[in-house]
Amino acid sequence: MTGGAPAGLGRSWVMESFFSRYRNALVLITVLMVQVVGLAVQVRRPGPNPSDKGSVRLIRSWVVGLVSPPERLLRSTGHGVRSVWMNYVDLIHVRQQNENLKSQLDGLRLEEESLAEDARQGQRLQALLGFKEKYIYKTVAAQVIGASGTEQSKVLLIDKGSRDGLKPDMPVITPDGIVGKTRDVFAHTSQVLEINDPTSGAGVVLEKTRIRGVLRGDTWGHPEIVNISPDERIEKGDAVVTSGGDAIYPRGLAVGTVQKVVPDPDGTLVNVQIRPAANLSRLEEVLIITSTGSVMPNQMQEDLTQAADAEQKASDVLAERLPSRIDPNAAPGAQQQSSNAGAVPVQPPRPPQALHPDRYTPSDTPPATDLVPGQRFAPTEASASALSEPEAAGSSSADAAAEPAKPSARPRSRPETSPAEQGSSSAVKKTAKPEPKEPSKSPADESNPSAPPQSPNPQGGF
Amino acid sequence: MALMASSRREVGSRSFPLLIYILVPLLALGLQSLISLHLPSFDLIDLPLLVTIYYAISRREPITATLVGAVIGIAQDGLTHNPLGVFGISKAVVGYMAASLGVRVDTENHGTRLLLIFGFTLAQTGVLYLLERHMLGQPFAWHGVHEVIRALLNALVGVVMFALLDLSRSHED
Repeated sequence: MTGGAPAGLGRSWVMESFFSRYRNALVLITVLMVQVVGLAVQVRRPGPNPSDKGSVRLIRSWVVGLVSPPERLLRSTGHGVRSVWMNYVDLIHVRQQNENLKSQLDGLRLEEESLAEDARQGQRLQALLGFKEKYIYKTVAAQVIGASGTEQSKVLLIDKGSRDGLKPDMPVITPDGIVGKTRDVFAHTSQVLEINDPTSGAGVVLEKTRIRGVLRGDTWGHPEIVNISPDERIEKGDAVVTSGGDAIYPRGLAVGTVQKVVPDPDGTLVNVQIRPAANLSRLEEVLIITSTGSVMPNQMQEDLTQAADAEQKASDVLAERLPSRIDPNAAPGAQQQSSNAGAVPVQPPRPPQALHPDRYTPSDTPPATDLVPGQRFAPTEASASALSEPEAAGSSSADAAAEPAKPSARPRSRPETSPAEQGSSSAVKKTAKPEPKEPSKSPADESNPSAPPQSPNPQGGF
Repeated sequence: MALMASSRREVGSRSFPLLIYILVPLLALGLQSLISLHLPSFDLIDLPLLVTIYYAISRREPITATLVGAVIGIAQDGLTHNPLGVFGISKAVVGYMAASLGVRVDTENHGTRLLLIFGFTLAQTGVLYLLERHMLGQPFAWHGVHEVIRALLNALVGVVMFALLDLSRSHED
């Protein structure tokens, strides 16, 4: 190799020859070494915050700054063209759509009333347990302008950054469910790490079985709850929500539904694959939760109050429409008065007066309106014997018949758990207890004792 | 052998206007990011890799190809959550190999290009696998059939893309 080297220049010539001959390979090795050292430095960097710092962040910011303006431009241009076209086409169906939405709104109002009651009940229970709920105070809407473009990295690029109040590790959601969390936040753009990325993590809970786990993406990009104990109760379609245990996502946000349960490679545990509630492959707009707190926000409180008012109105309207509200024995003026407002308690339905007292009619029983809560009276011999006979089973139908007369018009019943409510509900029960003894048999019943008891309502409205 | 370079024209290097050197990689990165947002399966295609291979086999200078590959790769890393350097290393290796091989084979032939892109796509995945799985400890699974399909798709797209990029170059024979 050094055979042709001039005398005195042997060492330098050899070196020069070596570098010139292996120049390409040396450059490659140098480039690779620099990057490997850079990788090692980045991986070694400790800290809970996953966002980059220093020069790495600067390089990433440059790249995003170079790529995002054209994407933003393309995005806004396409959005403008599409909105013009869609607005024109949509006008054709807007009337029909409006009608559909109105009918949908009516249904949602009724649903909201029952949910508002659930929410109030939940709040009472949480207050009793001292549980700290996280309410969403403020969100920032952002448009998705890009993706990482690689299979190995499920990262989105959004058009809001630190200037809009965003910080790393803020939850990103859509109305359908969670999307991910912010990672690197730049001035006008941010990166969002999706929940189906293998390096992401979210605390979730199966809604039905209350099994908790950690959600992350597999190598194919499917979100799954990893390493949970096998449980036969886990079924396809079970809802999965955030557990709030990761201190990032507020509790109770929709995550998705169970798609299938696959055994863990180790064999002892299982992974539950999830179909995400948010369509992660078709994201256009997202919401970033920038502020949460433990006190219910004013807007939500107002909504609950409005829902309560709406519930009261709905119960009034429903009670007015019920035939039990019409007292056949009352004067026409009194009926109008009673149907006017809910201030005056409505009389329970009363069957027509019996023409002849019979053995089924406990004539010595005072009317239900004269009874007071907690009062007991001794049944007479006649009434006791009448109740002991099999026909006394008809009182259950009378009991059921008297049920709609109660002023409550709740769409569905639910167990009352609050101590205060338990007291009030028991009081209502005590008041209504003697009512079944009041109805009397009609003459038709008297002529045929074996006939089943008829409805006390002459109109048969029950 | 038909695939080997046999004339001066076949081994002559091509140069591009400086603007093309800057714009094409940026366009590749932007399109990769934008299209895969609306068409998720587009992330099978790696436009920055195709640009790296094209510059490497056109210039036939391993040093330039290594540096171009490293820069494009680091820029691609900037769009992901990976540490900077994962794609940088893999594309630097691919660029070096493509430029070294470009001196010996006829890179004007579409068949040759198809085979080169197919092979270099698999090579990049192999380097990524080594880096992510064994160096960084990240989850990275090698799905054989999937990778072959991915390489084939890249080869097909690459042949068309190379033909379009040929229009922008100036000969330095």
